[in-house]
Amino acid sequence: MDSPPPILSITGLTKTYASGQTALAGVDLSIRRGEIFALLGPNGAGKTTLIGAVCGLVRPSAGRIVADGHDVERDFRAARSRIGLVPQELATDMFETVWATVNFSRGLFGRRADSGHVERVLRELSLWEKKDAVISSLSGGMKRRVLIAKALAHEPTILFLDEPTAGVDVELRRDMWAMVRRLRGQGVTIILTTHYIEEAEEMADRIGIINRGRLVLVEEKEALMARFGRTRLSINLKAPLVALPPGWGDVELSADGTTLSVVQAGAGAGEPDIAALFRRVAAAGLEIAGVTTTRSSLEDIFVELVGTPAEDLP
Amino acid sequence: MNLHAVRAIYLFELHRTWRTLFQSIASPVISTSLYLVVFGAAIGPRLAEVGGVPYGAYIVPGLILLAVLTESVSNASFGIYLPRFTGTIYEVLSAPVSVAEVLLGYVGAAATKSLMLGLVILATARLFVPFSIAHPVEMLGFLMLISVSFCLLGFLLGIWADGFERLQVVPMLVLTPLTFLGGTFYSLDMLPPVWRTVSLFNPIAYLVDGFRWTFYGVAVIDVRVSLAITLALLAACLTAIVVIFRTGHRLRA
Repeated sequence: MDSPPPILSITGLTKTYASGQTALAGVDLSIRRGEIFALLGPNGAGKTTLIGAVCGLVRPSAGRIVADGHDVERDFRAARSRIGLVPQELATDMFETVWATVNFSRGLFGRRADSGHVERVLRELSLWEKKDAVISSLSGGMKRRVLIAKALAHEPTILFLDEPTAGVDVELRRDMWAMVRRLRGQGVTIILTTHYIEEAEEMADRIGIINRGRLVLVEEKEALMARFGRTRLSINLKAPLVALPPGWGDVELSADGTTLSVVQAGAGAGEPDIAALFRRVAAAGLEIAGVTTTRSSLEDIFVELVGTPAEDLP
Repeated sequence: MNLHAVRAIYLFELHRTWRTLFQSIASPVISTSLYLVVFGAAIGPRLAEVGGVPYGAYIVPGLILLAVLTESVSNASFGIYLPRFTGTIYEVLSAPVSVAEVLLGYVGAAATKSLMLGLVILATARLFVPFSIAHPVEMLGFLMLISVSFCLLGFLLGIWADGFERLQVVPMLVLTPLTFLGGTFYSLDMLPPVWRTVSLFNPIAYLVDGFRWTFYGVAVIDVRVSLAITLALLAACLTAIVVIFRTGHRLRA
């Protein structure tokens, strides 16, 4: 089966900073047209450098990047006019109005003024009522929306969101997820980096994990969960057990003797044989106090692959 | 050519000027007026003519340049330093624009403002001292060249600076003294020979002398030499900026 050409193709991308620090060590990555791709990794893994190299903020030491059919160096005008970037930092022109700054972005990216499009973007981001507000008067969440509006002003086909929901409250995060899905519905390809693994789990079609400048893994989210995921069934007993009955080698007993658990590989691919364990528990005459099943999250997979718990990340 | 981008940057920068109108136009006009009141209207009539020009009128071209040079450098440097400082520079760097377009936008806006400032001061000066302009076309040409050159210099400073202090140090501690010592208030011919020779190493002396020639037709230095020095300054700043963008120095990681 022929797969359609990728919308973004990165080959052998390397970046060594003047300080000698290698931020990217030969990254190869293809992004499919219309997908939501989440790039996960601890701080300093190379996520922002990777985005910077594609968007023209970082000069690669080696490698080639082709965006929507255009080499980002040789054909930078065509390539960059297709890319929108929402940076991690809330960098805005404090003294400008929302309307002026979003129109500025559209012009800067070579598009003819189109107040209809800018209005649509502002309305979609619930910014229309604030269009005449000076940016310095807006809340942090609103400023982030302004940055998104600026990035969408020139109708890009590829949108980079660098930590879009860092420091954003739950409600705004939900709004933003909804907006990202709407954009994908309009055919925009979205590449986001995030610290919040639940965000990638909720949003992404595919997930890339980057660590120390290398892509450790790129996979469909579902496949990733199936391959690395685990489902655990735990049965709490009314009275503690001293030892497991003979032949129960596949079952774990907690140190206090009150919990029995079985683990099955492949989250979502099937549940552990619950009935079988229940029958054994009943046959052994044990009384059940409670039952829980837990499925491993992307977070657990991430920890397994990168070796750092997400909450320990700097 | 991404003309939409040039226009966007140009209008954005002019809008910034408009917002800071008092600071960027009114304050240099007021300070220049004070010089004219003191040296032109009050003390001037008691001083001897210089090269056949009454003293009050003699200092007008130099005073215009003093304001234009200082404002060009500080305004253009601020225009590019501010986005670097706040981080909004990411947008210009990721936009489909070439060096030429960025310069046309930023330096074009800064030079427009300098030109406006120069003309406003010229008109204000006329209120304090009588003078006429012998070569008005050349005068405008010189003013434009000088504005563009020093806006380019300011742009360079804005890229080089790594703090607000440096932005202020150069106009205050370099440009103002060089302009004062470049013959704004006197003719280089009035200096002892040694200091006259030393003054010739000051590029601003050529600008002041050439600019004054367009007013009164009198010059210490051949006006063609002054023009050549002005053009050389322009070329040097342009070259430096192109090199900076090529190498990404201080702009791209």
